[in-house]
Amino acid sequence: MEVIRKVIDKYKPNFTKGGKLERFYYIFEAFETFLYAPDITAPNKGAQIRDAIDMKRMMNTVIVSMLPCLLFGIYNVGYQHFLAIGQEATIGEIVGIGLLKVLPIVVVSYATGLGIEFTFCTIRRHPVNEGFLVTGMLIPLVVPPTIPLWQVALATAFAVIIGKEVFGGTGMNILNVALTARAFLYFAYPQQISGDVWTYLGDKTPVDGFSGATPLAVAYEASSNNTGAVIDALNQTNTVLSADFYSFTNMFMGFIPGSIGETSTLMVILGALLLIMTGVGSWKVIVSVFLGALAMGFGFNAIGANAYMQLPAYYHLVIGGLAFGAVFMASDPVTAAQTERGKWIYGFLIGVLTVIIRVFNPAYPEGIMLAILLMNVFAPLIDFYVVKGNKKRRLKRATV
Amino acid sequence: MSHKIKIKKGFNINLKGKAEKKIVESVQPETFAIKPTDFQKITRPKLLVDEGDTVKAGTPILFDKLMDQVMFCSPVSGEVVEVKRGAKRKILEIKILADKQVEYVEHKKITVSDIAKLSRDDAQKQLLKNGAWPNIIQRPFGVIANPDDTPKAIFISTFDSHPLAPDYDLLFKDQEIYFQAGIDILSKFTNGKVHLGLNGNADVSKVFAHTKNVEIHYFSGKHPSGNVGTHIHFIDPINKGDLVWTVNPYGVIQIGKLFLEGIFDCQKIIALAGSEVKTPQYYKTYSGACINKFVENNLKSDNVRCISGNVLTGEKIGKEGYVGFYDHLVTVLPEGDKHEMFGWVLPTFKKLSYHKALGLMSFLTPNKEYELNTNTNGEKRAFVQSGVFEKVTPLDILPTYLIKAIMAEDYDEMEELGIYEVIEEDLALCEFIDVSKHDIQELLREGIDLIKNG
Repeated sequence: MEVIRKVIDKYKPNFTKGGKLERFYYIFEAFETFLYAPDITAPNKGAQIRDAIDMKRMMNTVIVSMLPCLLFGIYNVGYQHFLAIGQEATIGEIVGIGLLKVLPIVVVSYATGLGIEFTFCTIRRHPVNEGFLVTGMLIPLVVPPTIPLWQVALATAFAVIIGKEVFGGTGMNILNVALTARAFLYFAYPQQISGDVWTYLGDKTPVDGFSGATPLAVAYEASSNNTGAVIDALNQTNTVLSADFYSFTNMFMGFIPGSIGETSTLMVILGALLLIMTGVGSWKVIVSVFLGALAMGFGFNAIGANAYMQLPAYYHLVIGGLAFGAVFMASDPVTAAQTERGKWIYGFLIGVLTVIIRVFNPAYPEGIMLAILLMNVFAPLIDFYVVKGNKKRRLKRATV
Repeated sequence: MSHKIKIKKGFNINLKGKAEKKIVESVQPETFAIKPTDFQKITRPKLLVDEGDTVKAGTPILFDKLMDQVMFCSPVSGEVVEVKRGAKRKILEIKILADKQVEYVEHKKITVSDIAKLSRDDAQKQLLKNGAWPNIIQRPFGVIANPDDTPKAIFISTFDSHPLAPDYDLLFKDQEIYFQAGIDILSKFTNGKVHLGLNGNADVSKVFAHTKNVEIHYFSGKHPSGNVGTHIHFIDPINKGDLVWTVNPYGVIQIGKLFLEGIFDCQKIIALAGSEVKTPQYYKTYSGACINKFVENNLKSDNVRCISGNVLTGEKIGKEGYVGFYDHLVTVLPEGDKHEMFGWVLPTFKKLSYHKALGLMSFLTPNKEYELNTNTNGEKRAFVQSGVFEKVTPLDILPTYLIKAIMAEDYDEMEELGIYEVIEEDLALCEFIDVSKHDIQELLREGIDLIKNG
């Protein structure tokens, strides 16, 4: 281990001030600090000891919390493939197909994003922030397994440059970076991210009676064509694959088509537990998104004007990407509301908006993406009023 | 009627190497120093002595041309041996080689009953001339009080909740008379009250328990329950235009002695603590003591950092350094100038953290005493995590927003967000827990300077 340290120390002078490769210092630093926590000590004056936490550990916690979703996603891509083509498969074959589809997406996302990140750090002379390690993992989890890789690269590039770097880099962005990538794909290449793209078929033909529609699409169709209750429609879809394909339980477990990482509410909950227990994700945001969705769902149940409104409110929590978005994207500390009271308002409105968009907007079957992006924009406004409340208390004190 | 306040938001840092309650008197350093940098802030210091001059304890050594009534006086008698200067000839230390037996400049003594008859003007002149005035700190800004002001109240915190803090009961034992006298002198300067913050976590020291002519408040809970800034916020917060003064009990006693004994007495008990000290204990010496004699043969290793003050707000001074004017503690920690392989991801029970991110296990053992070094445990980054500063700040202010306002140099925002209520020590915990490793205290001082001078 000492050898590695020696090698680093040998080459370090090339990268520090006055060295030949000085301009690449921050890239060098990124790799060095990945291997070794730095030897920086506290300044002469002020706090002489510092907390053991750093940004790397915090981001690492988020990445680990996404692993259940990723692993399940890999399995599910293969599982859906063999289910759709009606073939029995061993677990090895299932995982094999999953890896074949998912890994390239992950690699492309990281390679593109980190490439851009390194370039900007070199030009702008600022340290490489660990934020992209999370974003780079989020992007693969919110796209369908059939997505062309060049689109992944393009969307990642767009999101990192337009969504983040133009605002000044990590910590300064207004919109969640991974969702910016998702939204870019949605509006730029709608064919590849809507319709029957959620199950990877390859060159195989699906079994008769197979439908590639997600629960959200089924719900929307049933409601707009007035073909009866949404739950009935869900229960009648893909019965050829399994009897209770779109049952509440199966949707909760996540053995359904969808974006790679979002299908399993159970895995999302596992991740959420880790985030909440470690205090890295804000439980206030996560809980309030669910509360908002439930509240709006119950509200619609009470009105009941169409079939979609009558869908039991708790179904909204397991279909689509609501759970995933609430846990991994709404709670992104940079783009969420930053005040404690603001977090409640922000999360609640995301939940409410998601359900409204699902039920009322024919163009976008999934509401969570736009709901979060919209609330990202409004988060500073929410904070503004919460902070104003604090200022007012202070002012009031002065005049009494 | 006293009232009790429990501080819920905060964080206790429990470190190894608490000073044993034993006072050593035999070890005395040879030199003592006045450091103009201890004061916030002497802009244009004017020296009154030269190298080679002999001084008594209480002889004026320098003053600030911008506030020329306030004299900074010698803590001991002896010879001025060196005026140490830094860049741009800035005066760093005025070193005095102490006599074996300290001789004092003698002033008129008065009795306890005479204190009541003393006028504010007379008291003020005495304090200014004879070195006791710099004990009086003004809020906002945490600067030496302007003698021309009349504060709305005076606050005294009688305990220290910082890590490894010295025990005030031991520090000020048997000084009740001087403490009371100091209080009575100070109360001449305000039309409001003198507030005394007592420790609600433990038995209250006899020195403070029976103080008269003050309003008594009990503060309990986590650090910063002992910070005078916390007390002010909960008792009578500072609004725009308000002025309050704060004095450490040491200063109160020194003021009392100046009148009752007629001397500027700089005897001071300091605690030597920290995980690198072989025998952490208390030393009876004088203000501005050189620490070399205390740490000599008393350290466990060589690569250490000696800090005047506590680990949250202190200053690195080196093994030949001098204890700061306002400090009663010298902390010695291991220097953390080492790389640690995969230090950012490996689980650790040894490092303390307020957070619980993956691998940080210290939350499992809240009562453990930690041996921490000076490593920052990470690099500077942009602000990312939100809401944690607020969890360790009991004051109703939003540190994250305040710091951002300072970074943006937005005067109105700083003012509205409560910059008048805080000085460095009030946000020191934020600096400790910060994920992005910003130097919050330094930033805050920049903001305070902007507001003060703008």
